[in-house]
Amino acid sequence: MEFPARPSPHLPVVNDVSRLMRQVMLALLPGMLAMLWYFGWGVLFNLLLCTLTALAAEAAMLQFRGKGVRTGLGDGSALLTGLLLALSLPPLAPWWIPVIGTLFAIVVAKQLYGGLGYNPFNPAMVGFVVLIVSFPLQMTLWPAPRGVGEALLPFADTLRLVFAGVLPAGETLDSITAATPLDAAKTGFGLFDTWSEITASPLFGALGGAGWEWINAAYLAGGLWMLRRGVIQWQIPVAVLGALFVLSNPFFAADSDGFASPLFHLFSGATMLGAFFIATDPVSAATTPRGRLWYGAGIGVLVYLIRTWGGYPDGVAFAVLLMNMAAPTIDYYTRPRVFGHRDS
Amino acid sequence: MSTSYRNIIRDGLWTNNTGLVQLLGLCPLLAVTGTLVNGLGLGLATTATLAASNTTVSLVRKLVRPEVRIPVFVLIIASIVTIIELSMNAFFHDLYKVLGIFIPLIVTNCVIIGRAEAFASRQPVGKALVDGLAIGIGFTLLLVVLGALREIIGHGTLFAQAHMMFGEAARDWTLHLTGNYHGMLLAVLPPGAFLGLGLLIALKNHIDRRMEQRAAQAPAVSPHPETA
Repeated sequence: MEFPARPSPHLPVVNDVSRLMRQVMLALLPGMLAMLWYFGWGVLFNLLLCTLTALAAEAAMLQFRGKGVRTGLGDGSALLTGLLLALSLPPLAPWWIPVIGTLFAIVVAKQLYGGLGYNPFNPAMVGFVVLIVSFPLQMTLWPAPRGVGEALLPFADTLRLVFAGVLPAGETLDSITAATPLDAAKTGFGLFDTWSEITASPLFGALGGAGWEWINAAYLAGGLWMLRRGVIQWQIPVAVLGALFVLSNPFFAADSDGFASPLFHLFSGATMLGAFFIATDPVSAATTPRGRLWYGAGIGVLVYLIRTWGGYPDGVAFAVLLMNMAAPTIDYYTRPRVFGHRDS
Repeated sequence: MSTSYRNIIRDGLWTNNTGLVQLLGLCPLLAVTGTLVNGLGLGLATTATLAASNTTVSLVRKLVRPEVRIPVFVLIIASIVTIIELSMNAFFHDLYKVLGIFIPLIVTNCVIIGRAEAFASRQPVGKALVDGLAIGIGFTLLLVVLGALREIIGHGTLFAQAHMMFGEAARDWTLHLTGNYHGMLLAVLPPGAFLGLGLLIALKNHIDRRMEQRAAQAPAVSPHPETA
Protein backbone atom coordinates (compact mmCIF):
# COMPACT_ATOMS: atom_id res chain seq x y z
CA MET A 1 0.00 0.00 0.00
CA GLU A 2 1.29 3.46 -0.86
CA PHE A 3 0.44 6.51 1.25
CA PRO A 4 0.49 9.81 -0.64
CA ALA A 5 1.84 11.59 2.46
CA ARG A 6 3.50 9.64 5.24
CA PRO A 7 2.42 10.23 8.81
CA SER A 8 4.58 12.44 11.00
CA PRO A 9 7.36 13.01 11.87
CA HIS A 10 8.08 14.61 8.51
CA LEU A 11 11.82 14.46 8.80
CA PRO A 12 14.34 13.16 6.34
CA VAL A 13 15.61 9.88 7.75
CA VAL A 14 18.92 8.22 7.07
CA ASN A 15 17.50 4.87 6.23
CA ASP A 16 19.54 3.47 3.45
CA VAL A 17 22.74 1.58 3.85
CA SER A 18 24.67 3.08 0.97
CA ARG A 19 23.93 6.64 2.10
CA LEU A 20 25.03 5.78 5.62
CA MET A 21 28.22 4.19 4.34
CA ARG A 22 28.96 7.21 2.12
CA GLN A 23 28.62 9.53 5.10
CA VAL A 24 30.89 7.37 7.23
CA MET A 25 33.50 7.40 4.47
CA LEU A 26 33.20 11.15 4.16
CA ALA A 27 33.75 11.45 7.91
CA LEU A 28 36.87 9.27 7.59
CA LEU A 29 38.39 11.70 5.10
CA PRO A 30 40.12 14.09 7.55
CA GLY A 31 41.72 11.17 9.41
CA MET A 32 42.75 9.58 6.14
CA LEU A 33 44.40 12.79 4.95
CA ALA A 34 46.18 13.19 8.28
CA MET A 35 47.51 9.63 8.01
CA LEU A 36 48.71 10.32 4.47
CA TRP A 37 50.42 13.51 5.58
CA TYR A 38 52.20 11.96 8.53
CA PHE A 39 53.06 8.52 7.17
CA GLY A 40 53.49 9.06 3.47
CA TRP A 41 52.77 7.05 0.35
CA GLY A 42 52.51 3.70 2.08
CA VAL A 43 49.11 4.71 3.46
CA LEU A 44 47.88 5.31 -0.08
CA PHE A 45 49.06 1.87 -1.20
CA ASN A 46 47.33 0.27 1.76
CA LEU A 47 44.11 2.12 0.95
CA LEU A 48 44.24 1.06 -2.69
CA LEU A 49 45.17 -2.55 -2.00
CA CYS A 50 42.55 -2.96 0.72
CA THR A 51 39.65 -1.37 -1.14
CA LEU A 52 40.38 -3.13 -4.44
CA THR A 53 40.76 -6.49 -2.69
CA ALA A 54 37.61 -5.85 -0.67
CA LEU A 55 35.54 -5.07 -3.77
CA ALA A 56 36.92 -8.03 -5.72
CA ALA A 57 36.43 -10.45 -2.83
CA GLU A 58 32.93 -9.18 -2.13
CA ALA A 59 31.95 -9.51 -5.79
CA ALA A 60 33.39 -13.00 -6.03
CA MET A 61 31.67 -14.17 -2.84
CA LEU A 62 28.32 -12.65 -3.82
CA GLN A 63 28.57 -14.35 -7.19
CA PHE A 64 29.52 -17.63 -5.53
CA ARG A 65 26.61 -17.39 -3.11
CA GLY A 66 24.16 -16.49 -5.87
CA LYS A 67 23.37 -13.02 -4.50
CA GLY A 68 23.05 -9.81 -6.47
CA VAL A 69 26.55 -8.55 -7.08
CA ARG A 70 25.49 -5.05 -8.08
CA THR A 71 23.37 -4.30 -5.00
CA GLY A 72 25.88 -5.98 -2.73
CA LEU A 73 28.77 -3.91 -3.99
CA GLY A 74 26.70 -0.77 -4.30
CA ASP A 75 25.95 -0.52 -0.60
CA GLY A 76 29.57 0.40 0.05
CA SER A 77 29.95 -1.80 3.10
CA ALA A 78 32.83 -3.79 1.59
CA LEU A 79 34.54 -0.57 0.59
CA LEU A 80 34.23 0.73 4.14
CA THR A 81 35.64 -2.48 5.60
CA GLY A 82 38.61 -2.14 3.25
CA LEU A 83 39.15 1.49 4.25
CA LEU A 84 38.98 0.77 7.98
CA LEU A 85 41.43 -2.10 7.70
CA ALA A 86 43.79 -0.06 5.52
CA LEU A 87 43.88 2.72 8.10
CA SER A 88 44.92 0.25 10.81
CA LEU A 89 47.82 -1.28 8.89
CA PRO A 90 51.47 -0.21 9.03
CA PRO A 91 52.26 1.85 5.90
CA LEU A 92 55.44 0.00 4.96
CA ALA A 93 54.00 -3.50 5.18
CA PRO A 94 54.57 -5.68 2.11
CA TRP A 95 51.67 -5.71 -0.39
CA TRP A 96 50.39 -9.14 0.62
CA ILE A 97 49.64 -8.00 4.17
CA PRO A 98 46.65 -5.79 3.21
CA VAL A 99 45.56 -8.35 0.63
CA ILE A 100 45.49 -11.31 3.02
CA GLY A 101 43.87 -9.26 5.78
CA THR A 102 41.13 -7.95 3.51
CA LEU A 103 40.48 -11.36 1.99
CA PHE A 104 40.05 -12.80 5.45
CA ALA A 105 37.83 -9.92 6.54
CA ILE A 106 35.47 -10.13 3.57
CA VAL A 107 35.48 -13.84 2.77
CA VAL A 108 35.58 -15.40 6.24
CA ALA A 109 34.44 -12.76 8.72
CA LYS A 110 31.69 -11.28 6.56
CA GLN A 111 30.42 -13.49 3.75
CA LEU A 112 30.85 -16.92 5.33
CA TYR A 113 28.76 -15.71 8.26
CA GLY A 114 25.99 -14.66 5.88
CA GLY A 115 27.03 -11.30 4.50
CA LEU A 116 26.09 -7.77 5.49
CA GLY A 117 23.97 -7.73 8.63
CA TYR A 118 24.79 -11.25 9.75
CA ASN A 119 28.43 -11.00 10.77
CA PRO A 120 28.82 -11.24 14.54
CA PHE A 121 32.34 -9.78 14.42
CA ASN A 122 33.58 -6.56 12.89
CA PRO A 123 35.17 -7.79 9.63
CA ALA A 124 37.93 -5.18 9.48
CA MET A 125 39.04 -6.00 13.02
CA VAL A 126 39.00 -9.74 12.32
CA GLY A 127 41.29 -9.07 9.38
CA PHE A 128 43.56 -6.96 11.55
CA VAL A 129 43.76 -9.54 14.33
CA VAL A 130 44.51 -12.34 11.86
CA LEU A 131 47.38 -10.26 10.53
CA ILE A 132 48.84 -9.23 13.87
CA VAL A 133 48.65 -12.79 15.18
CA SER A 134 50.07 -14.35 12.03
CA PHE A 135 52.66 -11.82 10.89
CA PRO A 136 53.89 -9.95 13.98
CA LEU A 137 57.09 -8.83 12.28
CA GLN A 138 55.52 -7.26 9.19
CA MET A 139 52.90 -5.56 11.35
CA THR A 140 55.53 -3.39 13.04
CA LEU A 141 56.68 -1.63 9.85
CA TRP A 142 55.58 1.86 10.82
CA PRO A 143 57.84 4.70 9.69
CA ALA A 144 58.52 7.60 12.04
CA PRO A 145 55.87 10.26 11.38
CA ARG A 146 56.70 13.31 9.31
CA GLY A 147 58.85 15.73 11.25
CA VAL A 148 60.44 13.05 13.44
CA GLY A 149 63.72 11.42 12.51
CA GLU A 150 64.56 10.88 8.85
CA ALA A 151 62.43 12.18 6.01
CA LEU A 152 59.60 9.94 4.77
CA LEU A 153 60.42 7.67 1.83
CA PRO A 154 59.64 9.18 -1.58
CA PHE A 155 57.00 7.60 -3.82
CA ALA A 156 59.28 5.39 -5.93
CA ASP A 157 61.16 4.02 -2.93
CA THR A 158 57.93 3.20 -1.09
CA LEU A 159 56.57 1.51 -4.21
CA ARG A 160 59.66 -0.69 -4.54
CA LEU A 161 59.64 -1.53 -0.83
CA VAL A 162 55.96 -2.45 -0.66
CA PHE A 163 55.67 -4.39 -3.90
CA ALA A 164 59.13 -5.84 -4.40
CA GLY A 165 60.55 -5.82 -0.90
CA VAL A 166 63.56 -3.81 -2.11
CA LEU A 167 65.01 -1.40 0.42
CA PRO A 168 66.38 1.97 -0.71
CA ALA A 169 70.17 1.98 -1.10
CA GLY A 170 72.02 2.30 2.18
CA GLU A 171 68.93 1.80 4.34
CA THR A 172 67.87 -1.06 6.57
CA LEU A 173 64.39 -1.90 7.78
CA ASP A 174 65.41 -0.57 11.18
CA SER A 175 66.55 2.78 9.78
CA ILE A 176 63.29 3.52 7.96
CA THR A 177 60.90 2.29 10.63
CA ALA A 178 60.37 3.47 14.19
CA ALA A 179 58.48 2.34 17.24
CA THR A 180 54.95 3.70 17.49
CA PRO A 181 54.40 5.75 20.64
CA LEU A 182 52.41 2.90 22.18
CA ASP A 183 55.27 0.52 21.39
CA ALA A 184 57.74 2.96 22.89
CA ALA A 185 55.61 3.30 26.03
CA LYS A 186 55.31 -0.47 26.43
CA THR A 187 59.05 -1.02 25.94
CA GLY A 188 59.92 1.93 28.19
CA PHE A 189 57.78 0.73 31.07
CA GLY A 190 59.24 -2.73 30.57
CA LEU A 191 62.69 -1.22 31.22
CA PHE A 192 61.37 0.63 34.31
CA ASP A 193 61.78 4.02 32.63
CA THR A 194 59.54 6.70 34.06
CA TRP A 195 56.76 8.27 32.00
CA SER A 196 58.63 11.57 31.80
CA GLU A 197 61.74 9.81 30.47
CA ILE A 198 59.68 7.96 27.89
CA THR A 199 57.88 11.06 26.65
CA ALA A 200 61.16 12.95 26.30
CA SER A 201 61.64 11.05 23.02
CA PRO A 202 60.80 13.01 19.86
CA LEU A 203 58.20 10.33 19.08
CA PHE A 204 55.90 11.97 21.61
CA GLY A 205 53.94 15.16 21.13
CA ALA A 206 51.98 17.43 23.42
CA LEU A 207 49.07 15.05 24.06
CA GLY A 208 49.82 11.69 22.50
CA GLY A 209 52.38 10.56 19.97
CA ALA A 210 53.84 13.04 17.52
CA GLY A 211 51.61 12.99 14.45
CA TRP A 212 49.30 10.47 16.06
CA GLU A 213 47.63 13.17 18.15
CA TRP A 214 46.67 15.05 14.98
CA ILE A 215 45.48 11.89 13.28
CA ASN A 216 43.35 11.13 16.31
CA ALA A 217 42.07 14.70 16.40
CA ALA A 218 41.06 14.38 12.74
CA TYR A 219 39.15 11.19 13.46
CA LEU A 220 37.55 12.91 16.43
CA ALA A 221 36.41 15.74 14.16
CA GLY A 222 34.97 13.28 11.64
CA GLY A 223 33.27 11.41 14.46
CA LEU A 224 31.69 14.54 15.89
CA TRP A 225 30.39 15.40 12.43
CA MET A 226 28.80 11.94 12.21
CA LEU A 227 27.22 12.44 15.63
CA ARG A 228 25.81 15.78 14.53
CA ARG A 229 24.39 14.23 11.35
CA GLY A 230 22.86 11.41 13.32
CA VAL A 231 24.90 8.80 11.47
CA ILE A 232 25.96 7.24 14.77
CA GLN A 233 24.52 7.45 18.27
CA TRP A 234 26.47 9.12 21.07
CA GLN A 235 26.44 6.21 23.54
CA ILE A 236 29.21 4.02 22.14
CA PRO A 237 31.93 6.63 21.48
CA VAL A 238 31.20 8.45 24.73
CA ALA A 239 31.34 5.20 26.69
CA VAL A 240 34.54 4.03 25.00
CA LEU A 241 36.39 7.30 25.54
CA GLY A 242 34.83 7.86 28.96
CA ALA A 243 35.79 4.43 30.27
CA LEU A 244 39.32 4.74 28.92
CA PHE A 245 39.72 8.20 30.42
CA VAL A 246 38.14 7.38 33.78
CA LEU A 247 40.08 4.16 34.20
CA SER A 248 43.46 5.64 33.26
CA ASN A 249 43.06 8.61 35.63
CA PRO A 250 43.46 6.96 39.06
CA PHE A 251 46.48 4.93 37.90
CA PHE A 252 48.18 8.02 36.50
CA ALA A 253 47.27 10.07 39.56
CA ALA A 254 48.63 7.45 41.94
CA ASP A 255 51.82 6.76 40.01
CA SER A 256 52.54 9.28 37.30
CA ASP A 257 55.90 7.64 36.62
CA GLY A 258 54.67 4.15 36.01
CA PHE A 259 51.56 4.75 33.90
CA ALA A 260 50.77 6.59 30.69
CA SER A 261 48.70 9.76 30.99
CA PRO A 262 44.95 9.65 30.27
CA LEU A 263 45.27 12.14 27.41
CA PHE A 264 47.99 10.01 25.88
CA HIS A 265 45.58 7.07 25.85
CA LEU A 266 42.88 9.16 24.20
CA PHE A 267 45.18 10.56 21.50
CA SER A 268 47.35 7.57 20.61
CA GLY A 269 47.04 4.53 18.45
CA ALA A 270 43.59 3.66 17.20
CA THR A 271 41.58 5.21 20.05
CA MET A 272 39.53 7.73 18.09
CA LEU A 273 39.26 5.58 14.97
CA GLY A 274 38.06 2.73 17.17
CA ALA A 275 35.64 4.75 19.28
CA PHE A 276 33.85 6.53 16.42
CA PHE A 277 34.27 4.34 13.37
CA ILE A 278 34.92 0.76 14.45
CA ALA A 279 33.04 0.21 17.70
CA THR A 280 29.95 1.87 16.22
CA ASP A 281 29.55 -0.69 13.44
CA PRO A 282 25.76 -1.15 13.56
CA VAL A 283 25.91 -4.85 12.75
CA SER A 284 28.31 -6.17 15.35
CA ALA A 285 27.72 -3.65 18.18
CA ALA A 286 25.05 -3.76 20.88
CA THR A 287 21.82 -2.13 19.74
CA THR A 288 19.83 -1.04 22.79
CA PRO A 289 20.61 2.45 24.17
CA ARG A 290 21.67 1.18 27.58
CA GLY A 291 23.41 -1.78 26.01
CA ARG A 292 25.52 0.54 23.87
CA LEU A 293 26.82 2.22 27.00
CA TRP A 294 27.87 -1.11 28.51
CA TYR A 295 29.32 -2.25 25.21
CA GLY A 296 31.35 0.93 24.76
CA ALA A 297 32.51 0.96 28.36
CA GLY A 298 33.66 -2.65 27.97
CA ILE A 299 35.76 -1.68 24.97
CA GLY A 300 37.29 1.29 26.81
CA VAL A 301 38.21 -0.85 29.82
CA LEU A 302 39.65 -3.64 27.67
CA VAL A 303 41.72 -1.20 25.61
CA TYR A 304 43.26 0.15 28.81
CA LEU A 305 43.88 -3.31 30.24
CA ILE A 306 45.49 -4.61 27.04
CA ARG A 307 47.62 -1.52 26.52
CA THR A 308 48.82 -1.44 30.11
CA TRP A 309 49.25 -5.10 31.02
CA GLY A 310 48.67 -7.02 27.80
CA GLY A 311 51.11 -8.45 25.31
CA TYR A 312 50.24 -6.10 22.44
CA PRO A 313 50.93 -2.36 22.32
CA ASP A 314 47.40 -1.46 21.19
CA GLY A 315 44.23 -3.29 22.11
CA VAL A 316 41.41 -1.70 20.13
CA ALA A 317 40.96 -4.62 17.73
CA PHE A 318 40.95 -7.25 20.46
CA ALA A 319 38.67 -5.16 22.68
CA VAL A 320 36.15 -4.66 19.86
CA LEU A 321 36.09 -8.36 18.98
CA LEU A 322 35.68 -9.41 22.61
CA MET A 323 32.79 -7.01 23.09
CA ASN A 324 31.27 -8.12 19.74
CA MET A 325 31.09 -11.52 21.35
CA ALA A 326 29.32 -10.05 24.37
CA ALA A 327 26.92 -7.86 22.37
CA PRO A 328 24.01 -10.35 22.10
CA THR A 329 24.12 -10.96 25.87
CA ILE A 330 24.26 -7.24 26.57
CA ASP A 331 21.26 -6.69 24.31
CA TYR A 332 19.38 -9.47 26.06
CA TYR A 333 19.81 -7.88 29.50
CA THR A 334 19.22 -4.28 28.44
CA ARG A 335 16.06 -4.61 26.40
CA PRO A 336 14.08 -1.39 26.79
CA ARG A 337 10.72 -1.59 28.53
CA VAL A 338 7.93 -2.03 26.02
CA PHE A 339 5.50 0.89 26.15
CA GLY A 340 2.51 -0.01 28.28
CA HIS A 341 4.29 -2.87 30.05
CA ARG A 342 5.96 -2.84 33.45
CA ASP A 343 9.43 -4.11 34.13
CA SER A 344 8.85 -7.49 35.64
CA MET B 1 20.13 -49.23 9.44
CA SER B 2 21.47 -52.32 7.83
CA THR B 3 24.90 -53.38 8.98
CA SER B 4 26.41 -54.91 5.93
CA TYR B 5 30.19 -54.63 5.76
CA ARG B 6 29.83 -52.24 2.87
CA ASN B 7 27.64 -49.91 4.93
CA ILE B 8 29.94 -50.12 7.94
CA ILE B 9 32.90 -49.05 5.84
CA ARG B 10 31.03 -46.28 4.08
CA ASP B 11 29.68 -45.01 7.39
CA GLY B 12 33.07 -44.91 9.04
CA LEU B 13 34.88 -43.27 6.16
CA TRP B 14 32.30 -40.81 4.96
CA THR B 15 28.61 -40.76 5.91
CA ASN B 16 29.19 -40.86 9.64
CA ASN B 17 32.79 -39.67 9.79
CA THR B 18 33.59 -38.98 13.43
CA GLY B 19 35.27 -35.66 12.84
CA LEU B 20 33.24 -34.27 9.96
CA VAL B 21 29.75 -35.45 10.92
CA GLN B 22 29.60 -36.54 14.54
CA LEU B 23 32.14 -33.92 15.64
CA LEU B 24 33.55 -36.33 18.19
CA GLY B 25 37.15 -36.47 19.35
CA LEU B 26 37.68 -32.81 18.54
CA CYS B 27 40.25 -32.22 21.28
CA PRO B 28 43.02 -34.36 19.75
CA LEU B 29 41.75 -33.51 16.28
CA LEU B 30 42.33 -29.82 16.84
CA ALA B 31 45.38 -30.09 19.08
CA VAL B 32 47.78 -32.32 17.17
CA THR B 33 47.10 -31.48 13.55
CA GLY B 34 49.86 -28.90 13.33
CA THR B 35 51.66 -31.07 10.81
CA LEU B 36 50.74 -33.98 8.58
CA VAL B 37 53.04 -36.41 10.36
CA ASN B 38 51.61 -35.58 13.79
CA GLY B 39 48.09 -36.10 12.49
CA LEU B 40 49.01 -39.40 10.88
CA GLY B 41 50.72 -40.61 14.05
CA LEU B 42 47.81 -39.90 16.32
CA GLY B 43 45.33 -41.17 13.73
CA LEU B 44 47.05 -44.54 13.46
CA ALA B 45 47.31 -44.84 17.25
CA THR B 46 43.60 -44.11 17.54
CA THR B 47 42.79 -46.58 14.76
CA ALA B 48 44.74 -49.33 16.50
CA THR B 49 42.96 -48.55 19.77
CA LEU B 50 39.56 -48.58 18.09
CA ALA B 51 40.13 -51.86 16.30
CA ALA B 52 41.42 -53.56 19.44
CA SER B 53 38.80 -52.15 21.78
CA ASN B 54 35.91 -52.89 19.40
CA THR B 55 37.09 -56.47 18.99
CA THR B 56 37.54 -57.03 22.72
CA VAL B 57 34.23 -55.43 23.64
CA SER B 58 32.47 -57.53 21.03
CA LEU B 59 34.12 -60.69 22.39
CA VAL B 60 32.98 -60.08 25.96
CA ARG B 61 29.59 -58.62 25.09
CA LYS B 62 27.67 -61.68 26.26
CA LEU B 63 29.62 -62.01 29.53
CA VAL B 64 29.21 -58.44 30.74
CA ARG B 65 26.00 -57.51 32.51
CA PRO B 66 24.47 -54.29 31.20
CA GLU B 67 24.68 -52.63 34.65
CA VAL B 68 28.48 -52.69 34.68
CA ARG B 69 29.20 -52.47 30.99
CA ILE B 70 30.56 -48.90 31.00
CA PRO B 71 33.22 -49.51 33.68
CA VAL B 72 34.21 -52.68 31.89
CA PHE B 73 34.53 -50.86 28.57
CA VAL B 74 36.61 -48.17 30.23
CA LEU B 75 38.94 -50.77 31.73
CA ILE B 76 39.36 -52.48 28.37
CA ILE B 77 40.04 -49.24 26.56
CA ALA B 78 42.45 -48.03 29.23
CA SER B 79 44.44 -51.25 29.04
CA ILE B 80 44.66 -51.07 25.28
CA VAL B 81 45.71 -47.42 25.31
CA THR B 82 48.39 -48.21 27.87
CA ILE B 83 49.75 -50.94 25.61
CA ILE B 84 49.79 -48.58 22.65
CA GLU B 85 51.35 -45.77 24.65
CA LEU B 86 54.16 -47.99 25.91
CA SER B 87 54.79 -49.40 22.43
CA MET B 88 54.95 -45.95 20.89
CA ASN B 89 57.33 -44.86 23.62
CA ALA B 90 59.51 -47.82 22.71
CA PHE B 91 59.36 -47.79 18.92
CA PHE B 92 58.46 -44.22 17.91
CA HIS B 93 60.05 -42.32 20.74
CA ASP B 94 60.40 -38.96 18.91
CA LEU B 95 56.82 -39.00 17.73
CA TYR B 96 55.73 -40.04 21.21
CA LYS B 97 57.47 -36.98 22.64
CA VAL B 98 55.79 -34.66 20.13
CA LEU B 99 52.29 -36.05 20.61
CA GLY B 100 52.86 -36.09 24.37
CA ILE B 101 49.76 -36.10 26.49
CA PHE B 102 47.48 -36.82 23.54
CA ILE B 103 48.54 -40.46 23.36
CA PRO B 104 47.32 -41.36 26.87
CA LEU B 105 44.37 -39.07 26.26
CA ILE B 106 43.15 -41.37 23.49
CA VAL B 107 41.48 -43.17 26.38
CA THR B 108 39.15 -40.21 26.84
CA ASN B 109 38.40 -39.89 23.13
CA CYS B 110 34.62 -40.21 23.06
CA VAL B 111 34.77 -41.89 19.67
CA ILE B 112 36.20 -45.03 21.24
CA ILE B 113 33.74 -45.53 24.07
CA GLY B 114 31.03 -44.37 21.68
CA ARG B 115 31.77 -47.14 19.19
CA ALA B 116 32.12 -49.67 22.00
CA GLU B 117 28.75 -48.79 23.44
CA ALA B 118 26.81 -48.07 20.25
CA PHE B 119 28.25 -50.70 17.95
CA ALA B 120 30.70 -53.25 19.26
CA SER B 121 28.61 -54.33 22.26
CA ARG B 122 25.79 -55.38 19.93
CA GLN B 123 27.59 -56.85 16.96
CA PRO B 124 29.63 -59.96 16.17
CA VAL B 125 33.41 -59.75 16.28
CA GLY B 126 34.03 -59.46 12.55
CA LYS B 127 31.75 -56.48 12.10
CA ALA B 128 33.02 -54.80 15.25
CA LEU B 129 36.59 -55.09 14.00
CA VAL B 130 35.72 -53.69 10.57
CA ASP B 131 33.78 -50.86 12.20
CA GLY B 132 36.73 -49.99 14.40
CA LEU B 133 39.07 -49.94 11.42
CA ALA B 134 36.69 -47.93 9.24
CA ILE B 135 35.97 -45.32 11.90
CA GLY B 136 39.65 -45.12 12.76
CA ILE B 137 40.76 -44.72 9.16
CA GLY B 138 38.08 -42.10 8.58
CA PHE B 139 39.40 -40.21 11.60
CA THR B 140 42.99 -40.66 10.42
CA LEU B 141 42.21 -39.34 6.94
CA LEU B 142 40.66 -36.24 8.44
CA LEU B 143 43.66 -35.73 10.73
CA VAL B 144 46.01 -36.11 7.78
CA VAL B 145 44.10 -33.70 5.54
CA LEU B 146 43.75 -31.11 8.28
CA GLY B 147 47.39 -31.57 9.29
CA ALA B 148 48.54 -31.17 5.70
CA LEU B 149 46.42 -28.06 5.25
CA ARG B 150 47.75 -26.44 8.40
CA GLU B 151 51.32 -27.45 7.65
CA ILE B 152 51.20 -26.02 4.14
CA ILE B 153 49.67 -22.73 5.20
CA GLY B 154 51.47 -22.44 8.49
CA HIS B 155 54.98 -23.51 7.56
CA GLY B 156 54.98 -23.91 3.78
CA THR B 157 56.20 -27.49 4.10
CA LEU B 158 54.77 -30.99 3.85
CA PHE B 159 55.99 -34.22 5.48
CA ALA B 160 58.21 -32.31 7.88
CA GLN B 161 59.82 -34.58 10.49
CA ALA B 162 58.65 -37.69 8.68
CA HIS B 163 61.64 -39.53 10.16
CA MET B 164 59.75 -39.72 13.45
CA MET B 165 57.46 -42.29 11.87
CA PHE B 166 59.31 -43.75 8.92
CA GLY B 167 62.86 -43.90 10.20
CA GLU B 168 66.03 -42.09 9.19
CA ALA B 169 65.48 -42.63 5.47
CA ALA B 170 62.53 -40.26 5.62
CA ARG B 171 64.49 -37.38 7.11
CA ASP B 172 64.71 -35.55 3.79
CA TRP B 173 61.13 -36.21 2.67
CA THR B 174 60.19 -32.69 3.70
CA LEU B 175 58.77 -30.78 0.75
CA HIS B 176 59.30 -27.04 0.72
CA LEU B 177 56.51 -25.66 -1.39
CA THR B 178 57.91 -22.21 -1.98
CA GLY B 179 61.38 -20.92 -1.44
CA ASN B 180 60.90 -17.88 0.74
CA TYR B 181 57.77 -18.49 2.77
CA HIS B 182 57.17 -16.43 5.90
CA GLY B 183 54.75 -18.85 7.48
CA MET B 184 51.30 -17.92 8.70
CA LEU B 185 51.23 -18.36 12.43
CA LEU B 186 47.44 -18.37 12.56
CA ALA B 187 47.20 -21.72 10.81
CA VAL B 188 49.52 -23.31 13.36
CA LEU B 189 47.66 -21.83 16.35
CA PRO B 190 44.35 -23.29 17.62
CA PRO B 191 42.12 -20.86 15.64
CA GLY B 192 43.64 -22.25 12.45
CA ALA B 193 42.53 -25.74 13.47
CA PHE B 194 38.96 -24.59 14.05
CA LEU B 195 38.85 -22.66 10.79
CA GLY B 196 40.35 -25.55 8.86
CA LEU B 197 37.91 -28.05 10.33
CA GLY B 198 34.99 -25.73 9.60
CA LEU B 199 36.05 -25.40 5.98
CA LEU B 200 36.48 -29.17 5.63
CA ILE B 201 32.98 -29.76 7.05
CA ALA B 202 31.60 -27.21 4.60
CA LEU B 203 33.42 -28.98 1.77
CA LYS B 204 31.97 -32.34 2.77
CA ASN B 205 28.44 -30.93 2.92
CA HIS B 206 28.96 -29.32 -0.45
CA ILE B 207 30.10 -32.60 -2.00
CA ASP B 208 27.17 -34.45 -0.42
CA ARG B 209 24.71 -31.95 -1.82
CA ARG B 210 26.23 -32.13 -5.28
CA MET B 211 25.98 -35.92 -5.22
CA GLU B 212 22.38 -35.77 -4.09
CA GLN B 213 21.52 -33.38 -6.89
CA ARG B 214 23.24 -35.60 -9.40
CA ALA B 215 21.34 -38.62 -8.11
CA ALA B 216 18.06 -36.72 -8.32
CA GLN B 217 18.75 -35.54 -11.84
CA ALA B 218 19.42 -39.00 -13.20
CA PRO B 219 16.67 -41.27 -11.86
CA ALA B 220 16.50 -43.29 -15.10
CA VAL B 221 19.87 -44.92 -14.54
CA SER B 222 19.24 -45.64 -10.87
CA PRO B 223 21.33 -48.59 -9.76
CA HIS B 224 18.50 -49.72 -7.45
CA PRO B 225 15.70 -51.13 -9.60
CA GLU B 226 13.42 -51.58 -6.57
CA THR B 227 13.17 -47.82 -6.08
CA ALA B 228 12.10 -47.16 -9.64
